[in-house]
Amino acid sequence: MPRLTDAIDFQAQALVLRSERQRLIASNIANADTPGYVARDIDFARALREATGQTGAAPMAATQARHLSQATGARAEPNLLYATPSQTNLDRNTVDMDRERASFADNAVKYEATLRFINSSIRTMLDAMKSPQQS
Amino acid sequence: MSLFQIFNVSGSASSAQSQRLNTVASNLANADTVAGPDGQAYKARQVVFQTQLMGEVGAAGVRVSTISEDNTPGRRVHDPKHPAADGEGYVTYSNVNPVEEMVNMISASRSYQNNIEVMNTAKTLLLKTLQLGQ
Repeated sequence: MPRLTDAIDFQAQALVLRSERQRLIASNIANADTPGYVARDIDFARALREATGQTGAAPMAATQARHLSQATGARAEPNLLYATPSQTNLDRNTVDMDRERASFADNAVKYEATLRFINSSIRTMLDAMKSPQQS
Repeated sequence: MSLFQIFNVSGSASSAQSQRLNTVASNLANADTVAGPDGQAYKARQVVFQTQLMGEVGAAGVRVSTISEDNTPGRRVHDPKHPAADGEGYVTYSNVNPVEEMVNMISASRSYQNNIEVMNTAKTLLLKTLQLGQ
């Protein structure tokens, strides 16, 4: 019965994407002094829609049995975007440290929020499974 | 798990920044050295950072690609009594600019702190992930 873990599955995909984004922002912060580095980020909402199969784009028609289906799951790679620099830099580095730090803190808090959602779903499910004598 | 990669990324960055801090220290230490017998004084050194991809897309670390030397002529001071003075009585000092070096030092130490904080956050998140479902 897959419905039991559907809510957790969704949050798990979100958690993987959050950690991907955390890594991306960490790379941006690490390269704050590298000449020519271009800051990257992902469109989280779109990535999550694609990861959970709720994308608006119609799937490609498979007219042959051996056609590959589109891969789903949490992957950040195809959605990498380039940050638009708010202030240009002499060494062509586009890392905006204020924005990166803000995104980093924001992403960390949302990661923890997702963890709590998963934790509470698990607790709810475990409570529902308990026999009445136990509690 | 991409959170583990953060340690590689930020670790490489803080190592690169500490190397930058190291060159600043040697530049400042040699700010007042005079030319040796060959007439060559100490030349200021600068690190050059380069992005280093760590396996996957999106994990970009930092490495020091080269250490370049500043080739501007050193400071020349007229001091005929100095033992290192040349025939015209000039002493050549190193070309280190202490103000530039101090600015470089502050920038490097701030970047270092930033990366350490990133690692701390990643560690907190990982520890909380380990407690999932308890």
